[in-house]
Amino acid sequence: MKLYCLSGHPTLPCNVLKFKSTTIMLDCGLDMTSTLNFLPLPLVQSPRLSNLPGWSLKDGNAFLDKELKECSGHVFVDSVPEFCLPETELIDLSTVDVILISNYHCMMALPYITEHTGFTGTVYATEPTVQIGRLLMEELVNFIERVPKAQSASLWKNKDIQRLLPSPLKDAVEVSTWRRCYTMQEVNSALSKIQLVGYSQKIELFGAVQVTPLSSGYALGSSNWIIQSHYEKVSYVSGSSLLTTHPQPMDQASLKNSDVLVLTGLTQIPTANPDGMVGEFCSNLALTVRNGGNVLVPCYPSGVIYDLLECLYQYIDSAGLSNIPFYFISPVANSSLEFSQIFAEWLCHNKQTKVYLPEPPFPHAELIQTNKLKHYPSLHGDFSSDFRQPCVVFTGHPSLRFGDVVHFMELWGKSSLNTVIFTEPDFSYLEALAPYQPLAMKCIYCPIDTRLNFIQVSKLLKEVQPLHVVCPEQYTQPPPAQSHRMDLMIDCQPPAMSYRRAEVLALPFKRRYEKIEIMPELADSLVPMEIKPGISLATVSAVLHTKDNKHVLQPPPRPIQPAGGKKRKRASDDIPDCKVLKPLLSGSIPVEQFVQALEKHGFSDIKVEDTAKGHIVLLQEAETLIQIEEDSTHIICDNDEMLRVRLRDLVLKFLQKF
Amino acid sequence: IPPSRPGAGQDVGRSCILVSIGGKNVMLDCGMHMGFNDDRRFPDFSYITRNGRLTDFLDCVIISHFHLDHCGALPYFSEMVGYDGPIYMTHPTQAICPILLEDYRKIAVDKKGEANFFTSQMIKDCMKKVVAVHLHQTVQVDDELEIKAYYAGHVLGAAMFQIKVGSESVVYTGDYNMTPDRHLGAAWIDKCRPNLLITESTYATTIRDSKRCRERDFLKKVHEAVERGGKVLIPVFALGRAQELCILLETFWERMNLKAPIYFSTGLTEKANHYYKLFITWTNQKIRKTFVQRNMFEFKHIKAFDRAFADNPGPMVVFATPGMLHAGQSLQIFRKWAGNEKNMVIMPGYCVQGTVGHKILSGQRKLEMEGRQVLEVKMQVEYMSFSAHADAKGIMQLVGQAEPENVLLVHGEAKKMEFLKQKIEQEFRVNCYMPANGETVTLPTSPSIPVGISLGLLKREMAQGLLPDAKKPRLLHGTLIMKDSNFRLVSSEQALKELGLAEHQLRFTCRVHLHDPRKEQETALRVYSHLKSVLKDHCVQHLPDGSVTVESILIQAAAHSEDPGTKVLLVSWTYQDEELGSYLTSLLKKGLPQAAS
Repeated sequence: MKLYCLSGHPTLPCNVLKFKSTTIMLDCGLDMTSTLNFLPLPLVQSPRLSNLPGWSLKDGNAFLDKELKECSGHVFVDSVPEFCLPETELIDLSTVDVILISNYHCMMALPYITEHTGFTGTVYATEPTVQIGRLLMEELVNFIERVPKAQSASLWKNKDIQRLLPSPLKDAVEVSTWRRCYTMQEVNSALSKIQLVGYSQKIELFGAVQVTPLSSGYALGSSNWIIQSHYEKVSYVSGSSLLTTHPQPMDQASLKNSDVLVLTGLTQIPTANPDGMVGEFCSNLALTVRNGGNVLVPCYPSGVIYDLLECLYQYIDSAGLSNIPFYFISPVANSSLEFSQIFAEWLCHNKQTKVYLPEPPFPHAELIQTNKLKHYPSLHGDFSSDFRQPCVVFTGHPSLRFGDVVHFMELWGKSSLNTVIFTEPDFSYLEALAPYQPLAMKCIYCPIDTRLNFIQVSKLLKEVQPLHVVCPEQYTQPPPAQSHRMDLMIDCQPPAMSYRRAEVLALPFKRRYEKIEIMPELADSLVPMEIKPGISLATVSAVLHTKDNKHVLQPPPRPIQPAGGKKRKRASDDIPDCKVLKPLLSGSIPVEQFVQALEKHGFSDIKVEDTAKGHIVLLQEAETLIQIEEDSTHIICDNDEMLRVRLRDLVLKFLQKF
Repeated sequence: IPPSRPGAGQDVGRSCILVSIGGKNVMLDCGMHMGFNDDRRFPDFSYITRNGRLTDFLDCVIISHFHLDHCGALPYFSEMVGYDGPIYMTHPTQAICPILLEDYRKIAVDKKGEANFFTSQMIKDCMKKVVAVHLHQTVQVDDELEIKAYYAGHVLGAAMFQIKVGSESVVYTGDYNMTPDRHLGAAWIDKCRPNLLITESTYATTIRDSKRCRERDFLKKVHEAVERGGKVLIPVFALGRAQELCILLETFWERMNLKAPIYFSTGLTEKANHYYKLFITWTNQKIRKTFVQRNMFEFKHIKAFDRAFADNPGPMVVFATPGMLHAGQSLQIFRKWAGNEKNMVIMPGYCVQGTVGHKILSGQRKLEMEGRQVLEVKMQVEYMSFSAHADAKGIMQLVGQAEPENVLLVHGEAKKMEFLKQKIEQEFRVNCYMPANGETVTLPTSPSIPVGISLGLLKREMAQGLLPDAKKPRLLHGTLIMKDSNFRLVSSEQALKELGLAEHQLRFTCRVHLHDPRKEQETALRVYSHLKSVLKDHCVQHLPDGSVTVESILIQAAAHSEDPGTKVLLVSWTYQDEELGSYLTSLLKKGLPQAAS
């Protein structure tokens, strides 16, 4: 059993598990932090961005000045942003049988894998994962495609040139494999390969392995996966949460008794408490708006935004913000808000009960009805006429490299009245802001990451007791910025096995058993013997049938009686098939009782001699010698089959057969 | 598996089936009969167990969908008879079921003043025992019993259930629909090969004409009635058919630009539409795809009905509950409008015997109402089969999908079921049963026994199984170790080792006297070439020390102590090679062929 690790990003994993005869890809995360190295894509021509100076080497060589621009001491690639794909060379991806998706953030690389590697298998995901994942992809494609950029820089990727560049460009990994965004056509084709599954659904793969999604509590439809055969169990934990937010709570009990637990997708901000962050978010928002400033919240179109809107719903009246307009701008804003209301079955208990009333589970329906929250596909069109300031704008993309957020950064960046509040934890806010420096607007960092922290992990591991834990290397040491915090790492016994990008791990367990079915007719013919108290044995001779990886034992066929006499006998007919195995024997023979038995069966003139290891029984009349030792019996006689068989049966009476 | 059945016999009314499978008892549905107003309304639960509590006897209760003939007796069963175990149903069923129960309770108790009926609190307490299930989720009721829901169409949240204990399984369909309609998808089940498929058979003989024709027919009739200024009453159940017909009329009104008002009887139905909006994932593909742009359950032309509207002049279309005209608003409106031949009533579904709906459909035109009043029905009475049950074709289709070993028909009329039974037996060659109320059907099953086989043994066997000699079935030998309930099949060697037992070797050595004056070595060589020629399939070897082996059997030649013209062959083998050993001795006893020299 092997684990191939294709992604180095701990929260956007992509691993391939080879288990029994199946090849299973676990998640398909796309590392988008690569886009931070690019200049933002402005929706409206931005003189500031287009007038940035080109970058030149220390020696003044400026041959890269078309591709690289400098802004406040940082260097950016002036090109269509590109993403860092999972490793495609480590394993032949056309051999992948299935892809299991754990949540909508972890499927963003799907089109690259399903459309360009010869993949012919099936993808499994829950319905909310697919629907919201589709929205995320749609938004991404839309953001990139609506601002066509002529330039595609590639010179800087040359290994010899990359060495000369300043950090972080110099240290960027695998730049040659970075790819531009996929198209909507590729998205649709990729999503058509998905088969919908429900929590606790048992899905058979080729009769060899069973996979089951379990609620992970992190997002709508987010799941952990159990991959098991009848005797082995691997748990794949990815993006789980124990906090009470909108999704169904995490199913921990089903993770018990795992041989291996693969642990990914822990919180990216282990030191921040999500509840505290939400409070800070609200108070900063209120402060800015009261002072007449605007608030910009760069965010994904689904996920935490539902919780933020719910908090604001409760907060705005008490904070006197009822007249402040809230705008949600995304090509998929409407869909996201609508979809959130129809997944009652995937929501936490409180929200489910609301649906039973029937009321919409999320209060943003009411915000929309009362016109407090308005949503627009983009800042063009209706938005420009409705736009009132001061206001609060939720829009993407959280990397600040593309999407409507770029425009608002340019628009509001110059005034210190305005505030940008970062809530998404996926991107370093300092790096995200770098191409906008110098900035006058306030920047507040309130990352809300509800995924497991290390305290919760150690509790979880104590609870479910896996034999082995496998995790990304980042989790086996404290974060580089807080190297003294020994509590910010996974602590378990035996120590977790760690992996890094492009590594292959041999998972530490051996398969010993396989399930086989005994047909009822055969079962009836078995004769169990109790060998020790509570333990019975039965010898089985049966025909093995294997089909679709399922094994069945059927009763042996009855020997066909040769039709009497008609058939000409050949010498070879008599040769016994040595493959008819006899059972093994066990036990020992008590000499005295054996001699008594011999006498009872008409043998006389029996002599017993003691030897070093046992006894020799002599039947003088029959010129036969029987050596009896603890673990063996040797009958030496003349060629008298009748006699031999009689003696054999007597011996067998004292022994047990297996 | 003996499913016995206190409820649904060969009469559509109340569904309630008891299945015993692998030592587990599961009750499927808990319906009531709408045609009765007395004790016969509820199933006779004394069938289940005569003494002892239901909770101890039943492992779980499963409700397939929210129609009262499938869940109406639930509060009576759980609160009045007494059952505290789990009740499983889907989320939409859980949401809608209590509302329908409460609605029904109000009609029965408040309007008719019935006593000995369940109360609102009982409905609430009953619903607390409900566990909601997802589609395709495998719910582990206990260590052995698991259930799984499949999409059934029919109404919002309707599900078919697979009940499984070990390798035995039963599928119960509830009511289902194999053709997608305007708002729901078609039922689907995988090839789960249950031992028994229990299927409804409401439309056992009907093969309904194409959906489109029926829709056109319906629209034409409504249109005609409205054109001539008549009022159209469509008695419906609040959820299900009502939404389909609303979508139909809504689009028709839009297309034809009609002005006559369409009303939906109050309360439940608006709420009902809301349920459809929130549970849109349970509707069909098309509605789900387009719901963001346009929610099909937000109607422009259809407005809430007020009781006073019934006397308004001019044409109108009214959807009113309940669907069988047995009580409530639909019956009130019917009474008002029945006397005018311009008006029309369209019954879009099946009506149970004893209801007003059933009476007028069977041609009765003079109805005796409460208080000896006689109501003369002059209005046009139309029947349109819109109820979403599978027809004969659909039932056959489902049987084909699931590939059961046995089929059991319920929820239908005896004659029609008989016809379908023959058809199923002919086409699929499976046994088909149709028990009466209270009758018990017992099916013998012979489950195979799953055990664990050591991988070493299995791999060894599989590797040998790959040999081309496929005609001779290979025998697998092993030892089954049974410890508590843990069954493992291992090689005999491993079994001995695990139990800490030593192998006892039993060896035989036979002396075969052979007349041969030559030297021992030469005798051995002759034996070797002889055996080599006879035993072509076996491994015969001549070892350097002068002995001969056949497989693991050792043959040594020795001189006879007294007779130099005789040699003694010592043939030695273990018990495991007995057959071959004994064959060799008898072969050698016959002597060696004379060498050509």
